[in-house]
Amino acid sequence: MWQALRAELHPKGVEIVTVALDTGGADAARPFIEAASPEHPSLIDQAHVSDELFGFVNVPMAVWIDEEGTLVRPAYAAHVQHSPLRDSPIPDDLEGPLRDLLTEVKKIRTNVDDHLAALRDWAEHGSASRFALSPDEVVARSQPRSRDQARAAACFELGQHLWRTGDRDAAVPWFREAHRLDPNNWTYKRQAWTFATTPDGQPSDLMQGPTDLYEGNWLDDVRRLGAENYYPLEDFSA
Amino acid sequence: MLLSSLDITPADLAERAGWELKPEGACKGELCVPLAGDARASAAALAERLGMPVVHDEIHRLWAVGPSTAAGRALETAVVPELVLPDLDGNELALSSLRGQRVVLAAWASW
Repeated sequence: MWQALRAELHPKGVEIVTVALDTGGADAARPFIEAASPEHPSLIDQAHVSDELFGFVNVPMAVWIDEEGTLVRPAYAAHVQHSPLRDSPIPDDLEGPLRDLLTEVKKIRTNVDDHLAALRDWAEHGSASRFALSPDEVVARSQPRSRDQARAAACFELGQHLWRTGDRDAAVPWFREAHRLDPNNWTYKRQAWTFATTPDGQPSDLMQGPTDLYEGNWLDDVRRLGAENYYPLEDFSA
Repeated sequence: MLLSSLDITPADLAERAGWELKPEGACKGELCVPLAGDARASAAALAERLGMPVVHDEIHRLWAVGPSTAAGRALETAVVPELVLPDLDGNELALSSLRGQRVVLAAWASW
């Protein structure tokens, strides 16, 4: 997804670094990375440390970092390609949960063209780009963090540790607590849901349907929020 | 941050969380949080002062210390923290090694 953009931006001094928020690790991420054949660093974040560090609450999201190691854009929904799934009509004969899922997916808003234009502007103009924010603006516009959200991060950290060290039953209550404390964090939810709905050894399940383990699931939670609100979008139109 | 014991020094806790203990307080970037005596004497008190929740898993004897809520935001500073992560082959890359280039750090997932 990012490799094509990298080819365009790297000659202008912008490197792409992708980070897979995958507690399932290299096994989960490998098929996608190998299919992309990236020239840029493609890192694996099993413990979801970058969620906490940067305020990633869903994927795809991104931050911009300048040459001095200063953030010039805090975490935002980062769509870089149009989705055939979103753009194509739903087949008439498709029924059931998949139809319901696609109906919601098609309502999700993205801003690919404005986003790409902003990235290109920053690649061209660097700190002079109108899209490069001051340090104070970066901090002020970063994700809010309440005490409950911070506690959710700690609970999720326990959950992912227990999952990775083989105590999956013990991980579930910590994932549930993280969801309860930070219901707007889709990363914590989707990671846990996928584990529950993906058979061992299979590619990560994308439907993330209802299970006995968790209160929510992708379809019901997105409907409750309103799919139009699922990706709060950065305004790159100015 | 995962700990098997809370018996660490405030300086250790601060360092692991990306804060620096200075005379004016605990600092990250331009933000400094003044510290009373007890917050300098105990990691638990320092965590409390910085609004870092401490969650205890008694069965597995683990503590998880959550991120600071001192700023009420995910970022206390625009200075990028160090991040060291492996690639598919297990080779680690430090984000700081890319200093001198502009970087778009993009999060994605198999799910």
